[in-house]
Amino acid sequence: MDKILLLAHTLDDGTLPKGAYESLNAALKLAADLGGAAVTVGLLGGDVQSAADSIAACGAASILVVSGEDFATSRYSSDTVAVEALVKEAAPTLVLAPTSSRFSRCLPGAAYRCDGRIETHITGIKVVDGTVQVQRWYYRQRMVATLSRAQRPWFLVIDSGVFEPWQGAAGTADVKALDIAVDDSCRRTRVVGVQTPDSDAQTIRPDAKLLFVAGAGWTKKQADGQLHIKKAEGLILDFINNSKASLGSSKSLVDQSSEGEVISFMSHLNQVGQTGSTPRHPKGLATCCHGEEPHTVGWRFISERRAITLDPNCGWAQGKADVLYVADAFEVIAKANELLAK
Amino acid sequence: MSGGFHIVVCGSLVPDPLQTLEPIDGPNGPALKNEMMLPAVLDPWAGHALFEAAELAKNVPGSKVWLVSLGPKAKLQQLMMSIAQKVSFELVAIDGSAGGFTDPFDVAAILADAIVKIDGLDRSRLLLFGGCASASRDSGVTMQMVAERLDIFDQFLAVDKLTMSSDGSMEILERIEAGRYQVSSCDGAPAMLGWATGSLPEPPNNPQVGMMNMRTVMPALQKAQTAQIGVGGLSYAAVELPKQRRETRVVKDTPAEVVAQEIVDWLKA
Repeated sequence: MDKILLLAHTLDDGTLPKGAYESLNAALKLAADLGGAAVTVGLLGGDVQSAADSIAACGAASILVVSGEDFATSRYSSDTVAVEALVKEAAPTLVLAPTSSRFSRCLPGAAYRCDGRIETHITGIKVVDGTVQVQRWYYRQRMVATLSRAQRPWFLVIDSGVFEPWQGAAGTADVKALDIAVDDSCRRTRVVGVQTPDSDAQTIRPDAKLLFVAGAGWTKKQADGQLHIKKAEGLILDFINNSKASLGSSKSLVDQSSEGEVISFMSHLNQVGQTGSTPRHPKGLATCCHGEEPHTVGWRFISERRAITLDPNCGWAQGKADVLYVADAFEVIAKANELLAK
Repeated sequence: MSGGFHIVVCGSLVPDPLQTLEPIDGPNGPALKNEMMLPAVLDPWAGHALFEAAELAKNVPGSKVWLVSLGPKAKLQQLMMSIAQKVSFELVAIDGSAGGFTDPFDVAAILADAIVKIDGLDRSRLLLFGGCASASRDSGVTMQMVAERLDIFDQFLAVDKLTMSSDGSMEILERIEAGRYQVSSCDGAPAMLGWATGSLPEPPNNPQVGMMNMRTVMPALQKAQTAQIGVGGLSYAAVELPKQRRETRVVKDTPAEVVAQEIVDWLKA
């Protein structure tokens, strides 16, 4: 009989990220599909009691925790020790966890230490004839595979937005704390803090309903034969602030950062597509973008897509967007900003 | 840093991003149609790692860069024609599949084994570099498992900046959620850094660097060990291209204010 361990870590404020609730839901569904496999929750963080309380009613067989100062911050050496201990205590066949920078760093090493195997960026899980099959994308979201493994424990790191978050009443969780010793060799690395990139505004918002993608067209000569980059900056910034959108960019636009005048708040962190990120948002609006399939994989996990471009045959939009507005993005976004500001 | 760093960069080739890819069933599991014929480039994030390694080696006297690359020998040779002109390195070639469907656990074992065998490598001064993920498997797990096999327990992923101090300690900026960076300090080597974009542009071609590199590249290719690498413990039920094509409604010859209103209504729906 399979045993499932759901791993989660807390955020700085002691809460669980949304992805943790999504993965918990995935673990409970998988357990049911496997005919009632036991689910154990393993929590990692500085102080995890309130996080444990938030999922007290989830029906887990037990909640194991590793907490304390050494586990408050995201550090490979101590996180790997903690996960290894949680896995050894729970002895699972399947380990589910949400994708996060913290788990992306430490879980591969932890899987290796547990003589396990790991698959990341999981976008689907199903049970076929008693076998767990997972779905993930290859070649930067250009093809999708369904696969399984015999080796256990099998770590499955689930992308955000794939499953609905678990919802249930909070309570008082009965947790089992694991006493983990961390020696000085694990403290060679120290987390100093968190820094936002050089920018006047926070432009990347993973939980935003809208992804606004700005393409290189914003920095090209406009109808009057002139560049209007400062104006573009203002329009884009106003739009993402008015609409509370997350800002994405085509590769060609962020690559211009080494080529002179550019949109100042745009960095490689904003880049979506084959060499950037493929974020998940309910809606996406692309402006002044141009490109074929490899460049538009940033769209892959956007549900509703619209585009504004002057080219009605744009490869970014035709067949990939639901609505293509053949219009001047400068004019449309200026008008949209007026409407959104009301 | 007394004596400099020994920087080992793991990186291989991926199909040129502009190529159309189609999966097929090969004798050893999924593969790409005409895989050997597809133009290839250095994996983008591994490329950034290589450029950062070269820059670091230039700034810290006594440092040396190795590029450990697992791929079909003939394709590696083609790749080296372009990469070798960019920065100085010594190639360690391993002849085997560079495909995305191979098992990262096995790939990590092969890479670690090749690194251990590098003549003259001082692992106390080792900085293991690679991309934070490949553009083929896009898993982001191989470098951590290579590092584990090399007993490297200071690891960083999605690195955009590395700042060295004169005493060999490092400050590292890693990408985390919401466009932020986690700032960490580390006592020094050995460490593993899985690079994201980094902060350097792609270096221009330098024929002199190319000629110097090719003196070691060709012998390295000739003596490349063959690695039997396949899907390992993975069992693929299906590999498919996404079939979804949307019916795009084209709106043109419409005033900007009407388009704007429609977009705002859609956003608020």
